[in-house]
Amino acid sequence: MFYGYLPMIVAGLGVTLSVASVSLLVACAFGLAGAIAKLSPSPLLRGVATAYTTVIRSLPDLLLMLGVFYGGQILLNRLVDSQGWDYIEIDPFAAGTLTLGFVFGAYLTETFRGAILAIPRGQIEAGHACGLTRWQVLSNITLPQMIRHAIPGFTNNWLVMLKATALVSIIGLDDMVHRAGLASAATRAPFTFYALTGVIYLAVTTVSILVLSGVERRFSRGVRREVVR
Amino acid sequence: MINWQIVSETLPFFLDGLWITLLLLALSISAGLVLSIPLSVARASANPWIRIPVWSYTYVIRGTPLLVQLFIIYYGLPQFEAIRESAIWPVLRSPWFCAWLAFTLNTTAYTTEMFAGAIRATPAGEIEAARAIGLGRLQVLRDVFWPGAWRRALPQYCNEVVQMMHATALASTVTIVEILRVARDVYTNYLVLPESFGIAAAFYLTLTIILTQTFRLLERHYLRHLDPRASVSKAAAAEPIHA
Repeated sequence: MFYGYLPMIVAGLGVTLSVASVSLLVACAFGLAGAIAKLSPSPLLRGVATAYTTVIRSLPDLLLMLGVFYGGQILLNRLVDSQGWDYIEIDPFAAGTLTLGFVFGAYLTETFRGAILAIPRGQIEAGHACGLTRWQVLSNITLPQMIRHAIPGFTNNWLVMLKATALVSIIGLDDMVHRAGLASAATRAPFTFYALTGVIYLAVTTVSILVLSGVERRFSRGVRREVVR
Repeated sequence: MINWQIVSETLPFFLDGLWITLLLLALSISAGLVLSIPLSVARASANPWIRIPVWSYTYVIRGTPLLVQLFIIYYGLPQFEAIRESAIWPVLRSPWFCAWLAFTLNTTAYTTEMFAGAIRATPAGEIEAARAIGLGRLQVLRDVFWPGAWRRALPQYCNEVVQMMHATALASTVTIVEILRVARDVYTNYLVLPESFGIAAAFYLTLTIILTQTFRLLERHYLRHLDPRASVSKAAAAEPIHA
């Protein structure tokens, strides 16, 4: 049915998932830094973080990705020329994951900011009053509760980012969508391969939703559930 | 730093691209709005035979990348001989139709879920009260139910329109010359970044600001009853306060 291309496409899932997970790590780093900057007393940090989230969320991710990919190549060429090295080509994996991480970091900034604000201040004060160190307060009080508040927004951002990984095929990364294109060209069965890619994406989305709702339940232990109806 | 000569030479192309972007956005958003109104009623229905088919559609669309949906339609459909030999083939093979179809199917799914949420959030008492004062079924729908649901959905709908505007950039992958395609062509011809992707970014940024400000005005109009300042009359607000 897939003319023997099934293993190749499924192997592309590995590329897609590694792009998604590296991007997620980058996005979490940018998101945490952005949230902390937005909540900081310094107007400069707040201004930088606000400009970051506003501008990034106003641009299409494909534009940013192409900009980073081509712009990175120009910068790299200049560096290579000034150092007298041989020509280096920009790595599409690095360009793709950095862009996706940077873009979704802006969305996660808002998620994390809201999650930190949702923790009652009194708890943090109480922690200090009991003699806990700053680190103990962070790791035992702020972070575990922040995770619970951040999970719904985080789930949503992860699902959107997972789908956005399809864009890396445009800058030449050998992910599922790119491989589906190659297999289509070889077999003249584009519907079969793009539909297969869609089905695999749908499966990953479904698994993600199930796993993350399990995580949410775990982090909501000890919190009274409101009984609906 | 910016080569203004390149900018003035390529600006007409960017303006053409802007027109295409706006046209794609308007065509898919309006079709999506029209389709999602009946679909959202079905999605919020208590009858599983009506609710589940709509849910399956939105779940599949929302669980797969728009780029893949676009490729399935644009590259995928010609795989079938029946489609290639059908009467509508000249329409189906145009990239414009494929992009419009993909964008419309996509935005309809997201908008349907959004409106269905707004419908489910309608307080039962509101409908009962309207029936109690003697409004007919149609009047309740037209004067009570829809205005309320529309108001509840409006802030989210703004996000959907902005995201759809950004999504039109994907049309550049199927040979449609919208803003991003112009930027890519300018980059290929001149190998400059600020004059290609930088200008495109300025266009998208401006469009985003215009769209969000328009929706802010709409929200101020439709959600006026939620604005605490609106209850203060203009004359009273203009009075100087003597403390």
